[in-house]
Amino acid sequence: MTDKTDTTVTPLLEAGAVSVRYGAATAVDAVDLRIEPGSLTSIIGPNGCGKSTLLRALGRLLAPDTGEVRLGGVPIGELPTREVARVLGILPQSPQAPDGLTVADLVARGRDPHRRWYDQWSRADEQVVAESLRRTGMSAFADRQLDSLSGGQRQRAWIAMALAQGTDILLLDEPTTFLDVVHQIDVLELVRELHLSGITVVMVLHDLSLAARYADRLVAMSAGRVVADGTPGEVLTRPILDRVFDLDCEIVPDARTGRPIVVPIGRARPEGASARAE
Amino acid sequence: MSVRGIRVGRISVPWRPRHLVVVLAASLVALAVAVVSAGVGDFSIAPSRVLAVLVGGGERREELVILTIRLPRILVALLVGVALGVSGAVVQTTARNALASPDLLGITAGASVGAVAVIVLGGDGGTVSGLLDTVGVPAGALVGGLLAAALVLLIIRRTGSGGLQPILVGVGVSALLGGLVSWMMVEASINDAARANVWLTGSLNGRSWGELWPLLLVVLVCLPLLVPLSTRLGAIDLGADVARGLGVSMLRTQGALLVLAVLLASVTTAAAGPIAFVALVSPHLARLASGSSRPPLAASAAIGALLVVASDLVARTVLAPIQVPVGAITALVGAPFLLWLLIRTRREVRR
Repeated sequence: MTDKTDTTVTPLLEAGAVSVRYGAATAVDAVDLRIEPGSLTSIIGPNGCGKSTLLRALGRLLAPDTGEVRLGGVPIGELPTREVARVLGILPQSPQAPDGLTVADLVARGRDPHRRWYDQWSRADEQVVAESLRRTGMSAFADRQLDSLSGGQRQRAWIAMALAQGTDILLLDEPTTFLDVVHQIDVLELVRELHLSGITVVMVLHDLSLAARYADRLVAMSAGRVVADGTPGEVLTRPILDRVFDLDCEIVPDARTGRPIVVPIGRARPEGASARAE
Repeated sequence: MSVRGIRVGRISVPWRPRHLVVVLAASLVALAVAVVSAGVGDFSIAPSRVLAVLVGGGERREELVILTIRLPRILVALLVGVALGVSGAVVQTTARNALASPDLLGITAGASVGAVAVIVLGGDGGTVSGLLDTVGVPAGALVGGLLAAALVLLIIRRTGSGGLQPILVGVGVSALLGGLVSWMMVEASINDAARANVWLTGSLNGRSWGELWPLLLVVLVCLPLLVPLSTRLGAIDLGADVARGLGVSMLRTQGALLVLAVLLASVTTAAAGPIAFVALVSPHLARLASGSSRPPLAASAAIGALLVVASDLVARTVLAPIQVPVGAITALVGAPFLLWLLIRTRREVRR
């Protein structure tokens, strides 16, 4: 639906021994990850495990201290950031729009990486924006101000902006935060539709059962490292969840999808006596 | 879809009729006030005669009064307004803070130090004159403004840029720089000190073509450079992470935007002294009038010009024959606006 004639980058995203440190603390510790084109991956893990930091490094919002992120085989930091923006879109966690911004104006910003400074409007851009609004179910809200919408509608508006960017890869940092369960499902159904249309998606999610239901691949992180990587069935097992979350739980298959559902029971051991400490 | 655009060849812009109306209306009123203002004074001239002089058909006496005395002052007022309006809009959007403006951040205070330093230290006991006056004072202001901006940025990196932090940093930096100015004034000769003192209130009194040229030069250099950069302001307004995701190289873009904004604010300080609050108020009025989520630059420029030229007319007439410094008038209008803004911002933070 968009012109990608001027981009030469192939949509393969890789992390090679990526480490990110905040002062003395290591947030991401020598992570290798290869995101296959067309996949839907969810990164899971407890608070502070480095999953958002890893996503931000993948989306070149921060530069790794060591190791490198490669897009189409090229270190992402060496590519012009505008060129990256035509291939890879990233939505940070709970982005804040300025007061009074309309949905249509927000979504139109998604066309920025494709525009020259002297050429700020085109009919083609307008069609992409309209199409993005339609696919996210936001057409009726185009002229509404963002601050007048519900949390779920607002999140869909932001996804519409990322969609208007016309990228092959979309990185989403906790797209369902602060949403009630119906709106969480709305957003994730939308993400699945985008994935089925060919977009590679990587998202950070908190809810394990929802992650299992929507993602093809789960990457579980703990203390900055990837500790499990595979299909939902392979990753959501009692030993792994014990190790990653200190969680004692039961795992039952979803009768409809066959995907695992995590039923939490309690802490695997008293707080402080962490199995994660090495 | 409500958004449409205009295209001429390869050049296109989104069509925003309300923005255009605001720009045209503010510009027309500013020019009308300018024409009236050119006729007001000891030697009163009707607006129709002012227009006649401007197209080259006036009497000699009228020409002398308008072209040599009043016109440069009015042009300085209009340009100062344009520069302050644009500078304020750029700083406010780049900082993503409704309270950020070059005057509140202490940047104009830095420009004042630079300019006063040239007036006081550069003079030989008398008044600064010649090349030092035309080039030295603006250059001193530009350097002072840039140094103050660098200092403010360094501190804000540590305090954070949200809420009231930037203006609190600005208060601190302004106080420091104000102290420097006072110190230099004490050291200065009586002539230099008197001149610097009038200038420090923000006065358009006795502005001549000599003050106009450096101002015009800096405005004519900065505005065209701002045009391509301004297309990034929409993305920057969505926050640093989103803007980076949209392909804005933040450090470079924000840096260039801020340098240009600081240069504009500083050169106005050189030309007319620190005229307070115009850079804060104009972008807000422009944003409200245009119904936009961020201040449009053209509307901010037009409203800035209108504010300064109208304040100058009031300053010249309200206590005539005594001339009130224009900075006193803009402060009387601007300070209550700042207070209103503080109350409103506080409410939003709570929400």
